[in-house]
Amino acid sequence: MGCVERPPRSLNNNMIMDVVVEACGLTKHYGAQTAVGGIDFSVYRGECFGLLGPNGAGKTTTLRMLMGATPPDAGELRVLGHAIPQQAREMRARLGVVPQQDNLDPDFTVVENLITYASYFGLRGPQLSRRIDDLLAFAALEAKAGAGIGTLSGGMKRRLTLARALINDPDLLILDEPTTGLDPQARQLIWQRLRALLGQDKTLILTTHYMEEAERLCDRLMIIDNGRVLVTGSPAELIRQHIEPHVVEIHGPGVDAWYDGIGHALVRRGERVGETVFCYTVDDRPLLDALSRRPELRFMHRHANLEDVFLKLTGKELRE
Amino acid sequence: MTSRWLPVWRRNLRVWRKLSAPALIGNFGEPLLYLLALGYGLGGFVGEVKGLPYVVFLASGIVCASAMNTATFEGLYSAYTRMAVQNTWGGMLAAPLAIEDIILGEIVWTATKSLISAAPILIVAALLGAVHDWQALWVLPVVFVTGLCFGAMALVVTALAKSYDFFIYYFTLVITPLFLVSGVFFPLEGVPRAVQIGAQLLPLSHAVEIVRPLMTGQPLHDVLSHLLVPLLYASAAFWLATVLLRRRLMS
Ligand SMILES: Nc1ncnc2c1ncn2[C@@H]1O[C@H](COP(=O)(O)OP(=O)(O)OP(=O)(O)O)[C@@H](O)[C@H]1O
Ligand SMILES: [Mg+2]
Repeated sequence: MGCVERPPRSLNNNMIMDVVVEACGLTKHYGAQTAVGGIDFSVYRGECFGLLGPNGAGKTTTLRMLMGATPPDAGELRVLGHAIPQQAREMRARLGVVPQQDNLDPDFTVVENLITYASYFGLRGPQLSRRIDDLLAFAALEAKAGAGIGTLSGGMKRRLTLARALINDPDLLILDEPTTGLDPQARQLIWQRLRALLGQDKTLILTTHYMEEAERLCDRLMIIDNGRVLVTGSPAELIRQHIEPHVVEIHGPGVDAWYDGIGHALVRRGERVGETVFCYTVDDRPLLDALSRRPELRFMHRHANLEDVFLKLTGKELRE
Repeated sequence: MTSRWLPVWRRNLRVWRKLSAPALIGNFGEPLLYLLALGYGLGGFVGEVKGLPYVVFLASGIVCASAMNTATFEGLYSAYTRMAVQNTWGGMLAAPLAIEDIILGEIVWTATKSLISAAPILIVAALLGAVHDWQALWVLPVVFVTGLCFGAMALVVTALAKSYDFFIYYFTLVITPLFLVSGVFFPLEGVPRAVQIGAQLLPLSHAVEIVRPLMTGQPLHDVLSHLLVPLLYASAAFWLATVLLRRRLMS
């Protein structure tokens, strides 16, 4: 393919050999709307690749093209060595999918869900029973093996969907917002499991709206908006390239006047969002000194993070 | 085509075994009521139809109508639930199954449901003495073909449906008229010529033409051509459902 980028330096050599996904000029239109507008990217074996973007950015559409669930209008795509969508069926034998919306079978128990899904891959017999036992343990659902889907919590359903996606021991796992709507404990458990999968040399592609989740899990990220790629890189790289190391969020009476008079000269960049002023700076001392003389101003001093990058690149306005 | 449709069929069988099999005995109730009330009640006024007691004439018609209705309900309401509410087919499409496998599995399942509903009627009819001999067991493959035909047609409607309400039109415009003019309740000789010709072009009357002689012991005619019509409808509807569902699910 013509557009293949230079492999990222952060990956070691044998990863560079194994390209799991190669997408060139991937495009999808819905009527007059461009859901995905010609994106290029590669995913390498053993990495966790994050796809980030605001609502409607084109994440799910991109993932659906990868799995052969919808044909691209233009572009070239290879996944696990197969041309997509032409050889999607062969590729899907090696793929696991956690869709954005759960589609567990409500008429079945936990185990029946796994048995039934396994049958779509032609899996059955004693080997399958062992695999299901392993997956129930992996998903911490042993106690729920015979429970109906209606009796599961949101976190349990998501874990079952993850277990179901692993039924064929896939090489590549596609996860569309695997932790949306889960409580912190449930998310922690999913994170642990995803890390364990990375340890088994599986490749993960995931989308999320939680920036700390992406920062924690992903080796590399691609931020898209309006169907176009804004940036690609490791979380640390992106933070370093786009945001000053220190961030101070300031609010309180008179903050606007203080910023216009004194504050703006002490920072490299400032931004007003509602009642709060976001200050970005390389050297935080002068700013903190100035703030110590204004006790009525309340502030939070923290390191730059991925959320700063995301908001800087995609804007702070609400998306509908 | 390979047997990749089989897990789709087996999934539906598994749900049925779990939820509906315990109520199988209920499948005997309704045909029994129909045959008693209409067969004997109405039959008392009608007397003989084409040389047969009315209940004997009616039993074969009800077998065919039940095959049609059951496959239609399954292909509309149940399939729509799997497609649009539970997104079961979306899950299958993330596995190594294709649209064709799903549709074929669903159609064979609707035909299986036709068998499940028609077999008890056959048994009830036999107990009432409305079946001539063991030759009547050949009715089952005909019921299966009828199920394939109406299941496939129902899936075309499902592929186009925006909600369950849409199905009322299909019943009013297609299924109910077919039910009334396909020789289920009365022989077609009495109806206008145009209606007779129309019925010949539609699948249900052909099923009745085979099932009735099989159940009453009368001579069979043109079995192959009578089977061919529902099979043609099934094939065309299968193809159309594939095109429509690919557009709907894979856009
Ligand atoms: N089947 C479809 N028909 C019409 N438009 C669609 C379809 N699927 C997606 N779109 C549109 O394409 C755009 C991208 O949608 P997509 O679901 O890929 O976004 P996303 O990044 O996954 O968003 P979210 O974070 O909300 O899940 C949206 O504007 C959406 O309305
Ligand atoms: Mg999405």
